[in-house]
Amino acid sequence: MGPETHRRRFLECMAWAGTGLAWTVSGGVAGSTLLGAAEAEAAPKGVTPFTFVQVSDSHIGFNKDPNPDARVTFRESVAQIQAMPQKPAFILHTGDVSQLSRPDQFDDADQILKEAGVPVFHVPGEHDMLDDGQGQAFLDRYGKGALGDGWMSFDHSGVHFVGLVNVKQLQAGGMGHLGEAQLAWLKDDLAGRSASTPIVVFTHIPLWTIYADWGWGTDDSAQALSLLRRFGSVTVLNGHIHQVIQKVEGNVAFHTARSTAFPQPAPGQGPAPGPLKVPAGQLRETLGVRQVSVVRGAHPLAVVDRALAS
Amino acid sequence: MLHILLRRALPVALAPATALLLIAAAPAQAAQTVTIGNFTFGPEALTVKAGTTVTWINGDDVPHTIVAVDKSFRSRVIDTDERFAFTFTKPGAYAYFCSIHPHMTGKIVVTP
Repeated sequence: MGPETHRRRFLECMAWAGTGLAWTVSGGVAGSTLLGAAEAEAAPKGVTPFTFVQVSDSHIGFNKDPNPDARVTFRESVAQIQAMPQKPAFILHTGDVSQLSRPDQFDDADQILKEAGVPVFHVPGEHDMLDDGQGQAFLDRYGKGALGDGWMSFDHSGVHFVGLVNVKQLQAGGMGHLGEAQLAWLKDDLAGRSASTPIVVFTHIPLWTIYADWGWGTDDSAQALSLLRRFGSVTVLNGHIHQVIQKVEGNVAFHTARSTAFPQPAPGQGPAPGPLKVPAGQLRETLGVRQVSVVRGAHPLAVVDRALAS
Repeated sequence: MLHILLRRALPVALAPATALLLIAAAPAQAAQTVTIGNFTFGPEALTVKAGTTVTWINGDDVPHTIVAVDKSFRSRVIDTDERFAFTFTKPGAYAYFCSIHPHMTGKIVVTP
């Protein structure tokens, strides 16, 4: 199977669905050259169908152009989740819960997210590191059961989920950073797992460099990706850049998500990555949540980005 | 009657003292400003004499921080139109960055 065939396999199911783009990524070990076709087609053991939702960059406390109250659009996003025909098993929040790490902002976010009625797993964004303890408030609130600076892993219906923290102790001139301790933990966490286990990684800053001048990447992501490469299906979900950008590299599919608060410019478009000023009537077309479906048999992870308005 | 007089007299009595303080402070203490706009520090490099207070003003519509690479100073989060001031007493070169947007870097050079 040549590289071109790989690419077609991953891209063939790309289609528009509803208000968002559905990009179906093969699960299992479809792209591995080490395994035969029969094994490649087999569904990973123990994977049962379910859906989950990713929300990101709620920035509760943001109240400037183009969004006078980020709580309102976050509430609408949660209502969108509640209206989904299939109730998600859980929500992944990929960071920047708050604008300034203030307790009232975290409180408001929790109050709104509670309405979804499902468990939520959090990884922090850099806006959640702004308390005097440089992230301690976030960790105290959301870090129960997490390790180190808030990283975690868990299994759900045959899929292995890994939450990574790449916003802690950022260095001058650098981008996102995972650090040696977290990478060592990731190595141990993945060791011994079958290559056919679907892996979902969720984190705040992209794990591939989208635009270095704006810090849209993670300095040491190559080390994390080298640990993930042997798996047949790896889906990386992140936020931070407030827009949908997708990329497939071998068996790893990268998906950056919309914000629920405000959009940001396309990479390098304009002088700075500040909030993109869109007319009030268009704001909701730029915001939204992401629904991911894990299906048995055909075993794809279907990633559907749903805007608040079309 | 007395309290009205006092209220009137108070600002008058205070005025000369305030003026004195300002005069006394002016020659010894220079002040310099770094303005943050479009995710950049302006000027990016600033040279000041020891004893100068540098004030950063955030003109962006997103929050920033001022963090010294050598950890000698660190602001709390500075939201839109807020400021952070630090007085540089020791000569040297101080590299700093924004911990929220670490691609934003600047430098203060302090001369004797």
